[in-house]
Amino acid sequence: MLTTHDMVFRTLADPTRRAIFERLCREGEQTVGALTVQSGVSQPAVSKHLGVLRQAGLVSDRHAGRQTHYSAQLGALAPLTDWTNEMTGFWQSRFDHLEDLLKRMDQ
Amino acid sequence: MTTTEAETLSVVVEREIPFPPEKIWRALTEPHLIEEWLMKNDFQAAVDHRFKFSADWGSVDCQVMAVEPNRTLSYTWGAFGLGTLVTWTLTPTGAGTQLRMEQSGFRSDLPQAFHGARAGWPRFFAALEQVLARAD
Repeated sequence: MLTTHDMVFRTLADPTRRAIFERLCREGEQTVGALTVQSGVSQPAVSKHLGVLRQAGLVSDRHAGRQTHYSAQLGALAPLTDWTNEMTGFWQSRFDHLEDLLKRMDQ
Repeated sequence: MTTTEAETLSVVVEREIPFPPEKIWRALTEPHLIEEWLMKNDFQAAVDHRFKFSADWGSVDCQVMAVEPNRTLSYTWGAFGLGTLVTWTLTPTGAGTQLRMEQSGFRSDLPQAFHGARAGWPRFFAALEQVLARAD
């Protein structure tokens, strides 16, 4: 039941990657070069992070000439925003199991 | 996402159960009983005890934070590199017990050793809320 969250959570658990994603959310489409300037890590490292973000569906890329422009895909955040709903459902079903168990238990 | 972190990232399930707190406490704290309604585990009702819940889909890393027999129990609940805190509260009622479970999400004030409780998450979500609000 939690596997849908897994990739998005894991991808954004890295602070550098999260910062890159956050910047794309705030400032819109950016090139690797522009992202590298403020990231504090090397361009290959930024490219690698962007690759991971892209695999998780969190960013998309657009090629224009020699440049690749990256933008955030906010729709991919649905598993995060749905977290409370998913966990509420999880715990409600566990409460049901707990009540069943209590009925079976000796006093 | 709503405006405050607490609202957004907290799950509360509450139910009145027709059994006394002592009996519910056993189900919440005895490993073989926990397994029957929640997951396999190596839980011990001792503050700081580290344990795991495990299931087919993976495991949850936990640490006991508070134990007050028949009244309250809380433990960290770590999955996906994120720290959350699960708190059980038992309140006797005429007919049984009001049982409340609150899971507060993405906390940054959990122990360092509890891997993944990253301070950046709450700030990230706050920033994201603004972005998502504008996107609508």
